[in-house]
Amino acid sequence: MAETKRVERPLSPFMIGPYYRPQMTSMSSILTRITGNALIASALLAVWWLLAATTSPGYFDFVNAIVTSWFGDLVFTLSAWAVWYHYLAGLRHLYFDAGKGLEIETAEKLGWACIIGSVVLTIITVIIVMV
Amino acid sequence: MHYLTDRKRAVGKGASHTGTEHHWYMTVSAVALAFLVPVFLIVFGRALGQSQEGVIATFSRPFPAIVTALLVVVGMRHFAKGAQMMLEDYTAGMTRKVLVIAAHSVAYLVIAVALYALAKMTFLGIVLGAMN
Repeated sequence: MAETKRVERPLSPFMIGPYYRPQMTSMSSILTRITGNALIASALLAVWWLLAATTSPGYFDFVNAIVTSWFGDLVFTLSAWAVWYHYLAGLRHLYFDAGKGLEIETAEKLGWACIIGSVVLTIITVIIVMV
Repeated sequence: MHYLTDRKRAVGKGASHTGTEHHWYMTVSAVALAFLVPVFLIVFGRALGQSQEGVIATFSRPFPAIVTALLVVVGMRHFAKGAQMMLEDYTAGMTRKVLVIAAHSVAYLVIAVALYALAKMTFLGIVLGAMN
């Protein structure tokens, strides 16, 4: 077999910035990835809290104090937004996969729908949970 | 007897060697999560801030327990495969392998801990129910 020559290839996302202007479509797409992966933080926090509820009252109080503190509220509120953004952007991807909504104007409108919709749904979620 | 030629078998498999299997899994789990997430947010949000007994009482009921179990299993598999996609895009070589294995491991750990906690809360719910 012939020797294969190793080529140093650039890794993504080298295009954004020097070669490719940030646009509504690309930015709303990368935000899907950021929100989805960031949600592991609140998943770990939530599962830790569930586990704590099955242990001693002292340990539950310790974890519960962190989870229900201003820090916990901030993490879970931001996570609620991340969930809703990822949710709407995911639905947009399913719509794209069906071959629809791919015209630039429509795709950009759908990007705005994800951003505005996620904020609205976060506020509704916080209200439902608080009441 | 091979009825399929090698070429036929390779068509559509692409660079991943698994064809569209990964993407199709993300599609299937995304649709499942589209139904699970809104329900879970209400269940979890309402449980948050309750006393320990209140939390146990919530998750020892069948509906919140099953919704949470489903969300964690489907959600964490969706996360592991999504994180893998990100890592495959931005890293290479040994770093990529280590990080992909780590992402899958964390996801499995979250599943195991959540299912253990839910099982134990069901048991604790029965005990607390019998005492009251």
